[in-house]
Amino acid sequence: MSDATGPIVTADGVPLKRKLAQAMFRSRARAFGLALPLLAFIIVAFIIPILTLLYRGVHDPRFAQFMPRTTAIIQKWDTKSPVTEEMAAALVADMVVARKERTIGQVATRVNRELPGTRSLFTSTARKAKKMKPPYLEALIKKDRKWGDNATWQAIKITAKTYTPAYLLQAVDLKYNADGSITRQPERYRIYLKLLIRTMRISLIVTLATLVLGYPVAYLLSTLPVRTSNMLLILVLLPFWTSLLVRTTSWIAILQSEGVLNNLFVLFGITTDQQRFSMIYNETGVLIAMTHILLPFMILPLYSVMKTIPPSYVRAAKSMGARPATAFWRVYFPQSVPGIGAGALLVFILAIGYYITPALVGGEDGQMISNMIDFHMRKSLNWNLAAALGAVLLVVVLFFFWLYDRLVGIDNMKLG
Amino acid sequence: MKITSVFAGAAVAALVAGAASAGTITVVSWGGAYTKSQVEAYHKPWMAKTGNKIISEDYNGGLSEVKSQVEAGNVTWDIVDVEMSDAVRGCDEGLLEPIDPSILPPAPDGTPATKDFIPGAITDCGVANIVWSTIYAYDTTKFKGDNAPKTIADFFDTKKFPGKRGMRKTPKANLEMALAADGVPADQIYKVLGTPEGVDRAFKVLDRIKNDVVWWEAGAQPPQLLADGEVAMTTAYNGRIFNAVAAEKKPFKIVWDAQIFDFDVWVIPKGAPNKDLAMDFLAFSTATKQLAAQASWISYGPARKSANKLIGTYHSDPSIDMKAQMPTAPENFKTAIQNDFEFWADHQDELNDRFNAWLAK
Repeated sequence: MSDATGPIVTADGVPLKRKLAQAMFRSRARAFGLALPLLAFIIVAFIIPILTLLYRGVHDPRFAQFMPRTTAIIQKWDTKSPVTEEMAAALVADMVVARKERTIGQVATRVNRELPGTRSLFTSTARKAKKMKPPYLEALIKKDRKWGDNATWQAIKITAKTYTPAYLLQAVDLKYNADGSITRQPERYRIYLKLLIRTMRISLIVTLATLVLGYPVAYLLSTLPVRTSNMLLILVLLPFWTSLLVRTTSWIAILQSEGVLNNLFVLFGITTDQQRFSMIYNETGVLIAMTHILLPFMILPLYSVMKTIPPSYVRAAKSMGARPATAFWRVYFPQSVPGIGAGALLVFILAIGYYITPALVGGEDGQMISNMIDFHMRKSLNWNLAAALGAVLLVVVLFFFWLYDRLVGIDNMKLG
Repeated sequence: MKITSVFAGAAVAALVAGAASAGTITVVSWGGAYTKSQVEAYHKPWMAKTGNKIISEDYNGGLSEVKSQVEAGNVTWDIVDVEMSDAVRGCDEGLLEPIDPSILPPAPDGTPATKDFIPGAITDCGVANIVWSTIYAYDTTKFKGDNAPKTIADFFDTKKFPGKRGMRKTPKANLEMALAADGVPADQIYKVLGTPEGVDRAFKVLDRIKNDVVWWEAGAQPPQLLADGEVAMTTAYNGRIFNAVAAEKKPFKIVWDAQIFDFDVWVIPKGAPNKDLAMDFLAFSTATKQLAAQASWISYGPARKSANKLIGTYHSDPSIDMKAQMPTAPENFKTAIQNDFEFWADHQDELNDRFNAWLAK
């Protein structure tokens, strides 16, 4: 029909190559269509919230939106020279409008974050703003001497920025100043870096502890006959299926000063009734409870990897003269590394964002960075700072992910 | 039975007011003995009178839920019992509905509401219902006779009075008490606390007991901590301790020295689903009769002068004169400090940051 050099065509005369491409495209489109609901779900429920959160960490339009005249003028001010009449006039004009539209409170709350005490300065001045007459600067200073102080206007200049690095800097204990310079927070306000380091330390210790405890268990599970190992696997999964709150609170019952463990210690004379160990409401309690709660996340990936390692390899090594330890280190262990990688990464990333367990059993020295995010979401209502802290935490997680990829290789990970 | 009574109530309301169908509002308060007193004195009479229903919810204070609901445009709470500083702040941030004081009924003798309420009790977005107080209380089985703590300084002295201390996990009230314990007179507290040296001074006093403190967050916790023997003394809301003593016969005693009193305030979140009903409930519950009735359930002082005159005895024990239990009773009030909500609205961000950093040290 067709000679050897011409394209192969199908029955309807279309080249086979194109027909094949069409068919491939259709099947790919169908597959994509099936995945579409999940993709849409991830975008709506995951990507968009994270982007909004990151945005909130740098975006705070309150001042610029409600005080437009002041915002325009203050950009030209160099923060050092005396306050001008022009700035004062703009501020009074803005205040009259903001007072009428009941937005002055939002402005005042925002400025108050930069300079404590300015909230009442703004609200009380705004009450009088309508009656003020030029020269406005004099009128303002007559109302309150703080208006003659450059610090007040510097705080305004910081807040007038719609896109501001202030929150992100605060999340790492730095302070953004009106003249654009960055300094460290005064010592008595420094907390976030310390908590971030503590969070990473706790997460690392928990990861190591779950590895040390979980590795032998996973090994046992993978080498026992199926019937026994299934039974044991249920024992691993049972706590996994139990509510996190139940598990955390049962640790309270066990570890508290009048708890089961301390009672046993006293009974066996390990300690006295007056000197019971404090194992809960501190970092120790957090480490114990989190290690227990996260243990299945280490055991399961390890188990699924170990299950695929043929026992004949170790036997072969031994038959060729390797000692058990050598056979384990040189033959078995390297094959279990993908499971260690998956388990460690899983546990570490889960641990770094933990907050219910530290909140319940952490006391004061067991609080983690997520507890501060929770505080700013629920108590201080500083959502911008909460968002900035979240962004920092995200960067840390991504950094560890990258580090892991460099050291172990992400392709080397095996979840099942 | 229940259905019939609700139905009858609704029928009566329809007859009286000629109103349409009955509604339901969600009233949010602090839980425990306090909510119980509100249910008895406010909720039940209002439901009987109007035929509407109330869903009662508990929370731990603060504006976070209100803020989330308002910002998400999905407000489910109709009326919330908050601290004065939160009422002021929520009003500033535009989270609350303004309240027209003309809806408040006058006192029985005809005095208009604005004159009948204690000065400062009515603000732009809130109407106070009670005066409550942060005090400290101790277990009388642990400290007896002459050996019992009497002053605020005793609370911060773990050498003379050994044992753990309970404190609310917030700088508010703790810093004031610390300064009072250090000898600052009541009328100077906020002036001193307004200076950096004053804040340092307060934290230095707190440092003395930091390692012995058990921090609490919900108002129901301190009586529990005392009862369980977890702490020897604890700061608490005075009504909670009163309730533990009067209703549960616990061996607790209140030390009134340097008590910090404050208003609790009804506020209505912006965009509340049943705003009109909530306003009606607010006006009803802050009437003289209801405030006086509440005082027979819990030892918080009514925010109206006319109601203070009507305070009687404890509802289940006529031998307890409620007047003597109030924060405002003369013998309790000698060294009282009034919570300065303006100060806290101005400084709470800064002092919270400092407090959190101090805790994490």
